[in-house]
Amino acid sequence: MRRPLYRDDALVLRVQRLGEADRIITLLTRRHGRVRAVAKGVRKTTSRFGGRLEPFGLVDVQCSEGSTLDTVTQVEGKDLFGRHFLDDYPRYTAANAIAETAERLTPVEREPALRLYLLTVGALRALAGRERATTLVLDAYLLRAMAHAGWAPALRDCAVCANPGPHRAFSIAAGGVVCPNCRPPGAAHPSQASLDLMCALLEGDWVAADASDVKVRGESSGFVAAHLQWHLERGLRSLPLVDRRESQNR
Amino acid sequence: MYEGAIQDLIDELGRLPGIGPKSAQRLAFHVLSADTTDIKRLAAALTRVKEEVRFCSTCYNVAEAEQCRICRDPRRRDDALCVVEEPKDVIAIERTNEFRGRYHVLGGAINPLEGIGPDQLRIRELMARLSSGDVSELILATDPNTEGEATATYLALMVKPMGITVSRLASGLPVGGDLEYADEITLGRAFEGRRKL
Repeated sequence: MRRPLYRDDALVLRVQRLGEADRIITLLTRRHGRVRAVAKGVRKTTSRFGGRLEPFGLVDVQCSEGSTLDTVTQVEGKDLFGRHFLDDYPRYTAANAIAETAERLTPVEREPALRLYLLTVGALRALAGRERATTLVLDAYLLRAMAHAGWAPALRDCAVCANPGPHRAFSIAAGGVVCPNCRPPGAAHPSQASLDLMCALLEGDWVAADASDVKVRGESSGFVAAHLQWHLERGLRSLPLVDRRESQNR
Repeated sequence: MYEGAIQDLIDELGRLPGIGPKSAQRLAFHVLSADTTDIKRLAAALTRVKEEVRFCSTCYNVAEAEQCRICRDPRRRDDALCVVEEPKDVIAIERTNEFRGRYHVLGGAINPLEGIGPDQLRIRELMARLSSGDVSELILATDPNTEGEATATYLALMVKPMGITVSRLASGLPVGGDLEYADEITLGRAFEGRRKL
């Protein structure tokens, strides 16, 4: 039986070995959401499109639909971001965290997620462009991806009672900053600069973000990571492996 | 669903990588119909490989003694060390007859999505070997994919301050292939690594 074909723009999120020479490719597509497809023979050196299906590539892909997994039939590279990370270990680890987050925020296959797709493409493009610090790009992506999923941290008004801020206490479990009346025991107290940086990253104020201090970036990264891990319940494997040393290429 | 020993064998064979239920059934019935001597030899080989094969204490290649054949060979160069991901990569390089140095098997490549970072590989052991001062060139022969390249970049970052020459296997067009079918990354690498004639 001839399987229906479809064509779409897609980001390669993950590749896994399958059998002797095949791979299972996890794609985040523009119109079809997250899709898993088999790419046959791509581990052989004679493969005609194996190089284009490496992680973090933006590709124009044609697949045939299958009952459990689709099959990749043709691939054209549009912007293979992965090659920009090969000589930059910190950016490579950050790209992995971005890809894993995108995969985890699309739990249902074939459910379109255009905003997350555009956000992920934008984050990988910014990471490949090397114009901004790696940790800032990663944290901005994580904050905006969480906002897309409905888990944006409250950074100004109290997360519990919406009492207007600014507030100093931050509770991961409560969902962000909390006022003195709602503050649970064990709430953290990030610096105001750290909260301002998270606001800047969430709102896309890159002038303020670029001007931030390295120590402040480290503190806000810790809160962003903790907030994400709390909401995802099962932690991201790649996030603890992100190399926070700033890239030599910047 | 079969009963007893034949179903047990199908279940066990089905747990092997790349063997589905149909293949497991076909192999089990092949075992059943094959000559008893052949099957005893297969069973003995399976038992022996688990009992006698271990990892070399120096390079972590597979070995049947404390050290592998390559680490025991006094004719091999001590000043060149080739880093590979898996023991099967050692065999692939040995088939070329181009390299007469020693090896170090990492046991995989850095793959954060699978939770594999530098601490899960034998990088600490590699650094200990390099600190002896015998090695003057480190050849990074990890796979030419994203994980392999990232591993090579990480190792280069760690090793270069030690004053050791670090080189990477060349990437380019496969022998016998057509240029028009090469993807842009491979072709780009081939251009980067072009040589004068």
